[in-house]
Amino acid sequence: MDFRLTPEQETFRAEVRAWLSANLPPDWGARPVVSEVPRAELYEFGRHWQRRLHEAGLLGLTWPKEYGGRGLTWMEELLLHEELVLHRAPPPLNVLGLGMAGPTIIAYGTETQKQRHLQKILTCEEIWCQGYSEPNAGSDLASLQTRAVKDGDHYVVNGQKVWTSLAQISDWMMLLARTDPSVPKHKGLTYFLVDMHSPGITVRPLRQITGDAEFNEVFLENVRVPAENILGMEGQGWQVGITTLMYERLALGFGLQARFEIATGATLELARRMSREGRPAAKDPVLRQRLAQLVIDNAVFKYTAKRAITKLLRGEVPGSEASAGKIWWCDRHQALQDLAQELLGVYGQLGKGSPWAVDRGNWHYTFLRSRANSIEGGTTEIQRNILAERVLGLPKD
Amino acid sequence: MDFGFSQEQELLRQTARSFLEKECPSGFVRRMMDDPAGTTDEFWGKLAELGWLGLIYSEAHGGVGLGLVDLTVVLEEMGRAVMPGPFFSTVLLGGLAVLQAGSDAQQKAWLPRIAAGEARATLALLEESARWDAPGVEVAAKPGKAGGFVLSGTKLFVPDGHTADLLVVAARTARPTKADPSYGVSLFLVPANRKGVAATLLPTMDQTRKLAEVTFRRVEVGPEALLGPLHQGWPVVARVLDRAAVALCAEMCGGAQKVLDLSTEYAKVRVAFGRPIGAYQAIKHRCADMLVAIENAKSITYYAAWAADQDAPDAMLAASMAKAFVSDAYRKVAGDGIQVHGGIGFTWEHDMHLYFKRAKGSEVAFGDATFHRERVARLLEL
Repeated sequence: MDFRLTPEQETFRAEVRAWLSANLPPDWGARPVVSEVPRAELYEFGRHWQRRLHEAGLLGLTWPKEYGGRGLTWMEELLLHEELVLHRAPPPLNVLGLGMAGPTIIAYGTETQKQRHLQKILTCEEIWCQGYSEPNAGSDLASLQTRAVKDGDHYVVNGQKVWTSLAQISDWMMLLARTDPSVPKHKGLTYFLVDMHSPGITVRPLRQITGDAEFNEVFLENVRVPAENILGMEGQGWQVGITTLMYERLALGFGLQARFEIATGATLELARRMSREGRPAAKDPVLRQRLAQLVIDNAVFKYTAKRAITKLLRGEVPGSEASAGKIWWCDRHQALQDLAQELLGVYGQLGKGSPWAVDRGNWHYTFLRSRANSIEGGTTEIQRNILAERVLGLPKD
Repeated sequence: MDFGFSQEQELLRQTARSFLEKECPSGFVRRMMDDPAGTTDEFWGKLAELGWLGLIYSEAHGGVGLGLVDLTVVLEEMGRAVMPGPFFSTVLLGGLAVLQAGSDAQQKAWLPRIAAGEARATLALLEESARWDAPGVEVAAKPGKAGGFVLSGTKLFVPDGHTADLLVVAARTARPTKADPSYGVSLFLVPANRKGVAATLLPTMDQTRKLAEVTFRRVEVGPEALLGPLHQGWPVVARVLDRAAVALCAEMCGGAQKVLDLSTEYAKVRVAFGRPIGAYQAIKHRCADMLVAIENAKSITYYAAWAADQDAPDAMLAASMAKAFVSDAYRKVAGDGIQVHGGIGFTWEHDMHLYFKRAKGSEVAFGDATFHRERVARLLEL
């Protein structure tokens, strides 16, 4: 057990730090970054930012060198994410391409697919979105109904996807569709790489609880997808998709931990600033207990993440740790936002635009946005099923 | 960075598990619950043979020279077995105080004997006020003959105070000062057979862990009994308590893991409404939450142990974070374990109550979650 970095890792971190200090926009620190998916107002900036990161050699750290990666370990990936967040750096725009599509193509793609897509994911030339959830298939994802029917050397896709982040600016979609309705639901799915510019695709923004339209509905009508755009094999879609989700939870998890740390610091600072019955809220004995618990929860999350990464570095397969981490993070981040609102009291009602708003009304947004945490990327209930069935070996229901 | 155990440590775990499965099954634990000593000479001798009693002492003192992280592995297994007896009080309270603050002569006098299983030790700290801070120390040590001291007063909740050969006693030698409220506490090494020392076993909820009342009636000790600096013994106590708290967390993690293991095994075989109860989300989600709590508890405990070994700047903070988190987690997990088992989990016959009671006893030892959260708040200067 040793928490110290090796000299090589120290050098890498110093390199990242120096680069970030020199290249981050000076006013960036004041902006709230609460999600790994950039808000709409940041798209242009995120695209530019990703190109800079790529030019600096800071993207695709764990990807093989022949596809533009650096062939480093998860440790460097973790260090990068920590530094990005500690410097309050914005997320790169193509977050789903970097975190999900790329790793899945590396795992299952043909040489042609790797050559075709990986480099363009890194450079942000092609943005990716994920076509999994449907109006009638959320937690029970495998029951999805979007159909892909073979027609010569193409498949014809019909159906609807929903909660599709970044679809409005995406060039490609990771699509799960049913190719064989006659077999059990998990076996009839196929994973396609779909050009979002194909005829028959309509994207309609969905306005959320926050007022933002961060995600979309995507309608697919007679969309023709070449057979060579299948990732993996026909009928193997579930397995491929699960790999994607595993990477999603893992890669996003690195950033989540560091963001939780930032949010924890901001909440403590808020508690020192806000007053309650004429004294700082941080002096209230009940609130102090909750603030301390928040700090403890953050530490716990950090060290559990480090244990998970140690497993990865030792060559063990990631799995349940990501589910455990996500359950914990959702629950604690929502508690954090609840606490922040309690500290703000009636000031929590004020949004962007009021001169009376605390921190430009950012807490208002983060509080509302946090309700999605326990739903997106697999609900807390589904994560609990995964832990109970795959780790504890309890029977499936 | 490597946040996992080494192969040697994993080997130590395996040794500990197979030893305890063989030598400390539930039947032994239950016999020791009824036995005032809580252990047998035979079992104690085996702990000495394994080197566990001196695991964290240097080889010069008859020990093995390992650290708290190594001990964590053994303690987890001890918690898993709800191991009874004065191991914790001897190694992590009395012995640790001597290790942390003892003079060369004091260490030579006690550590090799403790490591060899010839002497048991404990720390007599709490009193009627049940305070875990320096102002709680009121037992008086007044100047006596020839530079010695005379101790008077009553200590409560002294772990294994009735069977210890050596009592490390925190006593008041001066009033606290305004600048330093912890000033005025001194530590004394008092052999239990000294005239005027009387110990009574207290009836406790967790019968696997014995607590005693120890009274001191004009107990005379020489100047050589002073452990650490005069009037400034509290920092030693604080160091010992922090390490003991982390060590206890390790034990608690091991116990909680066993509760989850028992609960999931039961959920796989117990059938209700025609299916194993583990197939129902009401049960499986509870088990998943137990798993998350335990994994988190282990993470913060391992870090706190590492920080203590390294004397890291945040070692004190980490100890409090661990004790706060693990106290809540073990109590919750042990309660959930009973719930998963249903009626059978509420019986004396089933082992679940051993864990439930150990969880409660451990929760309140060295400060509960509320105590440690306030300490975290203070350390963060909130």
